[in-house]
Amino acid sequence: MLLNGDEAVARGARDAGFVFGTGYPGTPSTEILEAFDDLGGRAEWAPNEKVALEVAIGVAFARGRALATMKHVGLNVAADPLFTAAYTGVSGALIIAVADDPGMASSQNEQDSRRYAVAAGVPMLEPSDSQEAYDFVFAATEISERWHIPVFLRLTTRISHSKSIVRFRSTPLAPPSAGFERDIAGRVMVPGNARPAHRRLRAKLADIASWAETSNLQRVVEGDGALGVITFGVSFAHVRESAPGASVLKLGVTYPLPLERIREFVSRHKRNVVIEEGDPVVAESCLAAGIAVDGKPEMYRFGELSVGRVRRILAGDTSPEAVPPRGKPPQLCPGCPHRTVFEVLRDTKCIVAGDIGCYTLGVLPPFEAMDSCVCMGASIGVGLGLRHALPEQDARRVVSVIGDSTFVHSGITGLVEMAYNPPSTGHVVLILDNGTTAMTGLQDHPATGRRLNDSPANRLVLEDIARATGVHRVTVIDAQKDPESFRRLLDEELASGQLSVIVVRKPCILAASRDAKARQAAPPCAAGGNVAP
Amino acid sequence: MRTERVVNVVIAGLGGQGVVKASDILADAAFRDGYDVKKAEVHGMSQRGGSVSTDVRFGPSVLSPMVPEGEADFLLVMEDTQEAPTRHVLRSGGVVLKASTVRVEELPSPKTLNVAALGMLSTRLPVEETAWQAAICAALPEKLHAMNMKAFAVGRRSGGKE
Repeated sequence: MLLNGDEAVARGARDAGFVFGTGYPGTPSTEILEAFDDLGGRAEWAPNEKVALEVAIGVAFARGRALATMKHVGLNVAADPLFTAAYTGVSGALIIAVADDPGMASSQNEQDSRRYAVAAGVPMLEPSDSQEAYDFVFAATEISERWHIPVFLRLTTRISHSKSIVRFRSTPLAPPSAGFERDIAGRVMVPGNARPAHRRLRAKLADIASWAETSNLQRVVEGDGALGVITFGVSFAHVRESAPGASVLKLGVTYPLPLERIREFVSRHKRNVVIEEGDPVVAESCLAAGIAVDGKPEMYRFGELSVGRVRRILAGDTSPEAVPPRGKPPQLCPGCPHRTVFEVLRDTKCIVAGDIGCYTLGVLPPFEAMDSCVCMGASIGVGLGLRHALPEQDARRVVSVIGDSTFVHSGITGLVEMAYNPPSTGHVVLILDNGTTAMTGLQDHPATGRRLNDSPANRLVLEDIARATGVHRVTVIDAQKDPESFRRLLDEELASGQLSVIVVRKPCILAASRDAKARQAAPPCAAGGNVAP
Repeated sequence: MRTERVVNVVIAGLGGQGVVKASDILADAAFRDGYDVKKAEVHGMSQRGGSVSTDVRFGPSVLSPMVPEGEADFLLVMEDTQEAPTRHVLRSGGVVLKASTVRVEELPSPKTLNVAALGMLSTRLPVEETAWQAAICAALPEKLHAMNMKAFAVGRRSGGKE
């Protein structure tokens, strides 16, 4: 079958006996859980990646096989449980599928998740096409259960969103039977238990490193000459195409690195080049181990690699690259309810602390009504900081703007901070509630009242959360329906000098048309609580 | 008619024009016809009306999923404005096909323009018509099959070779 990398991971998890998948939507990782659900797996959206990983750890403590999915920046959110789960280890397999976005097709940075593997001491596998994305789920499962350790499966945009042919295994792995074994010393990470746990982790990693030296996940394509290339991931395909005569050491395990295997490979070639997207992680490790390799010139740290760029690296070409013409940038849809909000914010000359979602497009003309965008949930904290530091007349213009899904993900604690440490000029938070995680493709979340599989769920009420933090001025309004009332309300709240939360509520037009189609396709009672809020 | 070398196709358009769906159908048709196939795309922002382009490569054996710069044999543009920003992908002698040349008045629905554009492209690709038909049916719900078969036929007629 032709599958993209995300679908292949989902199919692999299904065939490898994974009983649970959880994560938070994030391009390019989102389709993994959607496909896992389509295949009949139990897949859930968590409020954020930290919670997802924690739930997955619990499943794996109970001997279930668990898959946690996220994009690279989501791993920052999940980093806290990650580092200590490496100490506790797991009973059932725990795979963390993390999808990086070199070149930032749809992200706020291009951080390299391989640094997390090193920092946390969690082994990392990197497929180079959909077949390997499928196969490496099995390999990761074996590593995870053999050494009782979480394992990273690292994807990138061109693995997640490229289709290639996948052949499935004829015999799926049976899931282990769940059960609880008490292991206080192994799982209760108080210092007295964590000190030996850290030593155990390092011993496991040393053992995995020696296994990786001879593992068939690392393989060599023999070439015809003096050039040796060390590579992995999608870069392997680029290398094979741009330098068909080169000998290639293709790594499947990129942490821990099989340094002796690399040393032996390098000794057989006159010139050795490491081809890797993003940070020079492998090149630095080789050089630190005294293995003479060429890395890539600094200019190739930025953006994706391609056949053309690999050719340039191998040729040592550092001349300026041609800049491809810019296409049409994305924009807020015609009829999008966010449009009214950004028109008003622009006209009101607000200082806007923004956030991550479709509404980040409010930074573009004709609105240009956003002044910061840092990470999920940052709008509230950054807005508060601006209020604390700015002279009063400017502080009074500061507004935080956050979407519904992002608010649930990591805005709630910002609101708690606002109520606890209020700026002297008050503050205004706009929650743009379009009832979906729109930017990543209309996923549900705790405030939509539906689960990933479209079954009805408890609905988190955003205005109730706001009131519960201690904010007294909480308003719900449809700004698109009545822009003038919204304009007046915003003016009043800014002038009040109090803490204020305005929930601007109107369903996303894309979600509304999707839901209308779903209602057409199925009678309402069979649609599984498919009700717009 | 089989190809011994990799055929590189880039499809470009705007979000909402069915670019991704068209590339899925093309990739699947080539797969059904027995070729090795890879397809690459970038989505995320694509639903917001911005430029979208996808790469489809097929042949006896395909390596990189991305069409190397300046090596595309065909550039299919769903909207004329998208030719300028993507033309650089073409090899010298590569062919631009424009959806705007499809006889839209013959289409059963404007939404089938992407499939009609594939019909136009299909006359130049070494992929059997039965594979195309199977791929179209596999990609779309049954009630849309007849409509899209008609659109594909319109494309095949109106596109044709220059």
